[in-house]
Amino acid sequence: MGKTLAEKIIGKHAGKEVSAGEIVVVPVDVCLMQDGTAPLAIRQLQKINLEKAANPKRTVLFLDHAAPSPRKELSNDHITIRKFAEKTGCKISDVGMGICHQVIFEQYLNPGEILIGADSHTCTGGAMAAFSTGMGSTDVAIGIALGKTWFRVPETFKIEVTGQFQPGVYSKDLILYLIGLIGADGATYKSLEFTGDTIDNMSISSRMTLSNMAIESGAKAGLIQSDKKTKEFLQKWGRVSKYKELKGDEDAVFEKVIKIDASRLAPTVSFPHTVDNTKPINESLEIKIDQVFLGTCTNGRLEDIEIACQIIKGRKKNPKTRFIVVPASKSVFLDAMSKGYIKQLVEFGAAVLAPGCGPCVGVHEGILGDGENCISTQNRNFKGRMGNPDAFIYLASPATAVAAAVAGEIVDPREFIAKKKPKGRKVKTARRKRK
Amino acid sequence: MILKGKVFKFGDDISTDLIAPGRYFHLRSNLPEMAKHVLEDADTTFASKVQKGDFVVGGENFGLGSSREHAPTIIKLAGVSAVLAKSFARIFYRNAINVGLPALICDTDKISGGDELEVDLEKGEIKDLTNGVVLKFAPLPKAMIHILNDGGLIDHIQKHGDFKLD
Repeated sequence: MGKTLAEKIIGKHAGKEVSAGEIVVVPVDVCLMQDGTAPLAIRQLQKINLEKAANPKRTVLFLDHAAPSPRKELSNDHITIRKFAEKTGCKISDVGMGICHQVIFEQYLNPGEILIGADSHTCTGGAMAAFSTGMGSTDVAIGIALGKTWFRVPETFKIEVTGQFQPGVYSKDLILYLIGLIGADGATYKSLEFTGDTIDNMSISSRMTLSNMAIESGAKAGLIQSDKKTKEFLQKWGRVSKYKELKGDEDAVFEKVIKIDASRLAPTVSFPHTVDNTKPINESLEIKIDQVFLGTCTNGRLEDIEIACQIIKGRKKNPKTRFIVVPASKSVFLDAMSKGYIKQLVEFGAAVLAPGCGPCVGVHEGILGDGENCISTQNRNFKGRMGNPDAFIYLASPATAVAAAVAGEIVDPREFIAKKKPKGRKVKTARRKRK
Repeated sequence: MILKGKVFKFGDDISTDLIAPGRYFHLRSNLPEMAKHVLEDADTTFASKVQKGDFVVGGENFGLGSSREHAPTIIKLAGVSAVLAKSFARIFYRNAINVGLPALICDTDKISGGDELEVDLEKGEIKDLTNGVVLKFAPLPKAMIHILNDGGLIDHIQKHGDFKLD
């Protein structure tokens, strides 16, 4: 009998064959905490005199949620975190270095490993074929101190995606569609395993968008096999020796198989105030937008900024709409700079901020006013998420979000991207006629 | 242990953003102060009305969203003795047990806001003293019973020096 990717990785760590439903204690390879969750974790360890890390070189504390700090209380939390790192030898990823999920993926995580993080979107690491999952402060604190944690081996939903996206449709639209389909608790306690030629053809960056949002369906992990693209990514980051090819078996026991034809998907929008409240773009038009946010662990990578630049090229920002851009990491920021994207965005009228979580968590850098609408590339639109319970958040792909910065309202991004297409087709037809 | 108190009823999908809003992020190291805003975005009057021993009763997918353990912690700090829901989001459920807040799965449709409840944790039974309905709640996984009985994960590790979940 075959095994799912989750069973394989957890089993390897448990030192035995495991199946869904079993409870196991396993060693953890990488741990992360961020400035919103680390102080509580540190206090928990202090309570029982266990202020240590089993594997400090691979335990990383991120200052990303409130960075640079907007308040003295948060600056003091940052001091607590820095002191803990100093005492234990854990790594610090300081203000301006980027979002925990992006940086851990770039610099630490390898296929087949287990990552636990005190942040729900730790599942982003699933795109590395690593079992990555979010937990609370105390669970991760104990994981850091003892170098292990306990898991119930999850059942798996196989998400089989085939076909090619239409121009203007992206992995973000796919994951929003899936969450709309199965619901915000459709996969609670489960592992999602994304497979199919659409996933094979997808960039690592686009795969990360899928894994990142697995939690929005309640899932514990969102796993994707490792392949040539994973290897190239590791090569770029100087650790290709860590590459391992890993995939779930065809004959594994899947609790459910969900098949999606990517070619039939349209740009998709999540309406306030739940992620599963999704609608296709044609039912989302003409909603006035006050603020556009491009960034986050979901869609703050070079590929996303590149799409934004395609959309804004030769166009003007709507004067009534503000546009905030936050690159997901220092590396993304530098790449976007050297490609000229940052200049283009700033000239267009975007406020480009230091790498980090930006306004997604409602702490700083773009808190919404009463009654305002924001379209964001982030992963959550819960009431109050961006700092104001009287504001409204729409979730979409970078293309859909940025098109709204031009139009001042939600529009179909395919109109912006496909503009050159008809010309191309005409030329082709003309040639055929000549023959 | 028998828990007794009044019901505060909430709907489906009570997110950790509703329980512990991001705008109070700076109070995460001052939890008694943060507890004054617990569930504020779901019910602005809850924090001022809740009494020691009372119950928070939700619908489906209670506690979805962020991993912030501050959410179950401030519910507990506000005096709530247990959270009852039809289902819980995974991280919240695990966090609740880790901080020693019982999270019980039962059919909450039969419970109304303001009802008086009596919950017997050992027997797995909920008595609604207002309408006479008796409900069973699903037993916790064995590993979690060990943790809850020790008073939470920190106490569990302090007691055993390691995980002792069998």
